Amino acid sequence: MRTFIIAFKVLLFFTILTGFVYPLLITGIARVIFPAKANGSLLFRDSRVVGSELIGQQFDSAIYFSSRPSAILYNPLPSGGSNYGLTNVRLKELVQIREHKFHSFNQLDSLVKIPSEMLFASASGLDPHISPRAALLQVDRIAKARNFNALSRLKLINCIRELTEGPQFLCLGEERVNVLLLNLETDKIQ
Amino acid sequence: MIPQDFIQIILFIAILIGLTPILGTYMEKVFTGKKHVMLPVFGWLERLIYRFAGVDPVEESNWKSYTFSLLMFNLIGIVFLFLFQISQAYLPLNPAHLPNVSWHSAINTSVSFVTNTNWQGYSGETTLSYFVQMTGLTVQNFVSAATGIAVVLAVIRGLSRKSTTKIGNFWTDLTRSTLYVLLPLSVIFAIVLVGQGVVQNFKAYETVLTLQGTQQVIPMGPAASQIAIKQLGTNGGGFFNANSAHPFENPTPFSNFLQILAIFLIPASLTYLYGKMVGSARQGWAIFSVMLIMFLAGLSISLYAEYSGNPVFGHLPLMEGKEMRFGITNSVLFSTVTTDASCGAVNAMHDSLSPLSGMVAMINMMLGEIIFGGVGAGLYGMVIFIILTVFIAGLMVGRTPEYLGKKINAFEVQMAIIANLATSFAILVFTAWASVSSYGLAGLNNAGPHGFSEILYAYTSAAGNNGSAFAGLNANTLFYNLTLGFVILVGRFGVIIPVLAIAGSMAGKNITPASSGTFRTDNWLFIGLLIGVILIVGGLTYFPALSLGPIAEHLLMNNGVSF
Repeated sequence: MRTFIIAFKVLLFFTILTGFVYPLLITGIARVIFPAKANGSLLFRDSRVVGSELIGQQFDSAIYFSSRPSAILYNPLPSGGSNYGLTNVRLKELVQIREHKFHSFNQLDSLVKIPSEMLFASASGLDPHISPRAALLQVDRIAKARNFNALSRLKLINCIRELTEGPQFLCLGEERVNVLLLNLETDKIQ
Repeated sequence: MIPQDFIQIILFIAILIGLTPILGTYMEKVFTGKKHVMLPVFGWLERLIYRFAGVDPVEESNWKSYTFSLLMFNLIGIVFLFLFQISQAYLPLNPAHLPNVSWHSAINTSVSFVTNTNWQGYSGETTLSYFVQMTGLTVQNFVSAATGIAVVLAVIRGLSRKSTTKIGNFWTDLTRSTLYVLLPLSVIFAIVLVGQGVVQNFKAYETVLTLQGTQQVIPMGPAASQIAIKQLGTNGGGFFNANSAHPFENPTPFSNFLQILAIFLIPASLTYLYGKMVGSARQGWAIFSVMLIMFLAGLSISLYAEYSGNPVFGHLPLMEGKEMRFGITNSVLFSTVTTDASCGAVNAMHDSLSPLSGMVAMINMMLGEIIFGGVGAGLYGMVIFIILTVFIAGLMVGRTPEYLGKKINAFEVQMAIIANLATSFAILVFTAWASVSSYGLAGLNNAGPHGFSEILYAYTSAAGNNGSAFAGLNANTLFYNLTLGFVILVGRFGVIIPVLAIAGSMAGKNITPASSGTFRTDNWLFIGLLIGVILIVGGLTYFPALSLGPIAEHLLMNNGVSF
């Protein structure tokens, strides 16, 4: 019985300490030093929230760069991947369909190799990034859909170059472009 | 692979080796009662807990009452976590108005978080309120890891003391682990994570109108504080369903690097603490070497499997279930580390890994989560294999086996075997049951051998207290919640109780001074023997099961077969 009371009191103490004080302390510090990040890295346009820099969005319109395929169609409740194994026939079919669609949507020659992230769904279903190459392959289609002249098309390519993030600290992770940021910039081009 | 891939892996290993003695030395100060930096900061808090709970910090107990305290503490933890979940609709901090959790899911989750497993049959963002995530889950993230450290401290005392029945005080071990090790590291780590973009707030979910004009509801919450301890305490239970693949949970390659490092940090440092406390740093480094070698072997196989092409997809990089910012190398590094340690956080969907990479993940868990392993759990699991190795080596040369000057007798070997059999029995029996029953097969997401792998992975993860999953399996059903919950309990306490029994029995023995005839346990010969015993005793048990799952799948895939 004595052990029971000690166990109960110790748990109560740690519940207060690590269950309330600790998260509140972190929230407090975070709010002071990283307010935007702590609140979800939200992006605003005309003082209206258009999304989070970190959370990808579904883009299927011809005037926007497409994001990666998503098993949850970019609905974050809840996040997740397809969980298809490599021997799942459904995955094989999906990859073929996506490959065909990417070629025809972007009017690419069927010999052009498509970056694999555009054929496979991400882990979170919310992946905000694609490779710079996957973005470049979409430039002509977007320029055409937006009736861009040669100068605007060049600006579009410039956007991709400017928004390309290299490996962090030169060695961590992969080269990538944030699709939502890229599309926001695209909207600004005249 | 390109040079940059190798640089990331080498950097990871170098920093891990560098930090091991630093944190190890600090922990040695904490747990042997010396002066240390956190004492002026949290010393008053430690004294306050003892006064509040009525604990006498100098009173030590024998192994039975140590075990009893531990079990009682965990039992109360399970009950409370269960009650929080089934009543969350009436509790505060529930801005998304989530309903009460079903009773069987609540049992599963309580058992899973109290035992440091953090298997998740539910999706965090659509199931649990901020209140439950904080006061239920975050708390257990801390104390379940501290429980693991407590057990390993008891084992170390059992090995280094002589002719006593006392193996320590559970409450002081628990308190010091939490206050001086887990909490300070978590505070620093959580703030760094927010700096990279992990959310930390109490806001309601944000509804946004996307560029294309559709609605997207973005979940929020106090995530960073939970994710920090989830990694450091090798817990692994994600705040969000996609775990560390979710951009809010792991936003950048740097946050990813730190999360991988955080998984191994404490388990690796504990080997150093072990060496110091048993009186020979070499003993600790020998264990560290075994772990590092086995980690590198698994990582190499896994990388090879992911980077080699197959007839189904040719030489396309296999990005299914992986995130662009991490790429393949960081996903495989994460999957190897998280299954070596019993963490279970994931930054890629293991279900979509190539068959051999998935198999490496399973083997890592099947060996008993001893390749660095869970916080505390990895090291005491390794002690079991050391006892078996010393015993087998003793049989071969015809001497009474000894470890650290203590004779190993029938009792210790029996306990070691019980600990070993408990988990393998649980994995194989329940996998077999689920594979032939309709309620087991109902949850599958993939056909063919991969479907079997999903079931095998689930019970392996539960028994190893890992918590990662081949997540296609829908395990939030009555059958899986209850059977997996049971296997989790067997995998945790079926090991902890025998291990504490060993600690108690070893504490009572005398220490024979080392002589020229002593079988050394700190050289390369022993490292080789130990790896051999781990592979043969721990691994071979599962070979038939693996043949039916990942091995069959690999061979079929290489012949272009799909299901």
